[in-house]
Amino acid sequence: MTDTSDLTAALGGIVDDFNALTTADRLQLLLEFSTGLPELPERYAAHPELLEGVPECQSPIFLIVEVDGAGPDAPVHLFFSAPAEAPTTRGFAGILHEGLNGLTAADVLAVPNDISDRLGLAEAISPLRLRGMAGMLGRIKRQVREKSGI
Amino acid sequence: MPLPFDDDPKFTAYANPERLVSTQWLADHLGDEGLAVVESDEDVLLYETGHIPGAVKVDWHLDLNDAVTRDYVDAAGFAKLLGGKGITRDTTVVIYGDKNNWWAAYALWVFALFGHPDVRLLDGGRAKWVAEGREFTTDVPSPAAVDYPVVQREDGGVRAFKEDVLGFLGGQLVDVRSLPEYTGERTHMPDYPDEGALRGGHIPGAQSVPWARAANEDGTFRSRAELDAIYRQEKGLTPSEPVIAYCRIGERSAHSWFVLQHLLGFPNVRNYDGSWTEWGNSVRVPIARGTEPGDVPAP
Repeated sequence: MTDTSDLTAALGGIVDDFNALTTADRLQLLLEFSTGLPELPERYAAHPELLEGVPECQSPIFLIVEVDGAGPDAPVHLFFSAPAEAPTTRGFAGILHEGLNGLTAADVLAVPNDISDRLGLAEAISPLRLRGMAGMLGRIKRQVREKSGI
Repeated sequence: MPLPFDDDPKFTAYANPERLVSTQWLADHLGDEGLAVVESDEDVLLYETGHIPGAVKVDWHLDLNDAVTRDYVDAAGFAKLLGGKGITRDTTVVIYGDKNNWWAAYALWVFALFGHPDVRLLDGGRAKWVAEGREFTTDVPSPAAVDYPVVQREDGGVRAFKEDVLGFLGGQLVDVRSLPEYTGERTHMPDYPDEGALRGGHIPGAQSVPWARAANEDGTFRSRAELDAIYRQEKGLTPSEPVIAYCRIGERSAHSWFVLQHLLGFPNVRNYDGSWTEWGNSVRVPIARGTEPGDVPAP
């Protein structure tokens, strides 16, 4: 069993879901996260320059974090933009959205940096491709720190 | 029994027109006995979102590379991979993929290491099939496993190692990376993950010909005349001397290898797959910086 004791319920559930599947089915689940990634709201769709790029990913992805208020208990909202031709990158974004959106700033900052290694995806998509997900998480955390002031 | 060649007039000017098929040819031959269609992409999930009906997937990370050593699969591994996809030694294989067939060309080059007789690229790749509104499916075929012979990989003909390149300085080296990588301004592609190189620049004497110059906007290859203008007239490359192409990990240069070898008919072209992630991390190898090929050190 992959350790999920230091994860929030949503993220721990995702880790459990992936690890319960065969390698081939993990790809299918990643594809579901890819198609489930919410569209950008109008205020960002019209202003893509507000989003931050993630060069660690093989394909273009942009993200922005909103924090309601300040301090450790302020809720965090995540927004991503990635093209349909980049389903792997969209899948990573979908996992982070489902796992982190709505958490408090302190909870987001407490997410272990090795979360991408716990999904059992290394053999399904290769370790190199997983680096992009760690890159996204790093940028999300930096934006949360800047915007929450903690 | 190989399938007939595509007599599309565009291809006749190329040195090896039998190495390309058009989207129309493929649409006409889908399902033919003796044909296998292979999708090979940068994005490992793209095939799952939809692919050409009947196509099987080959992934460069997971299927073509050895999982431990930095090398390609061995003869037994290749035989197992292809046999498992229903491909025999006599099968006509058509490979297509995303990003101007970048990874498809890389897969084709690995097939060439094993001397697979009839392997072709779909001109324009996945993007052209999409643009033409042709059929896609998410049905994954499960071909019956067949016997693919265990054929030893022949690295000598189309693959170069670091030692080969050291002995080749002063010869026709082609650096197919982006200009900022060539000059040494950066060590990896803009907007791409950094696989790590300690030094930036290029192999002394190498000409800069970014790989994507060989492709049109729609992902098809440029015409013979346009390719001649780039590689022969502009860069002065000659087929009478050998060529070694390289990039960062050998994928973009596999695309340029295909252009030089099969479209322009250079008889002796090798791909240095160690490329910059090996050269830029090696101790005491010569490096040139800036926009010029630079001085080649005396042997």
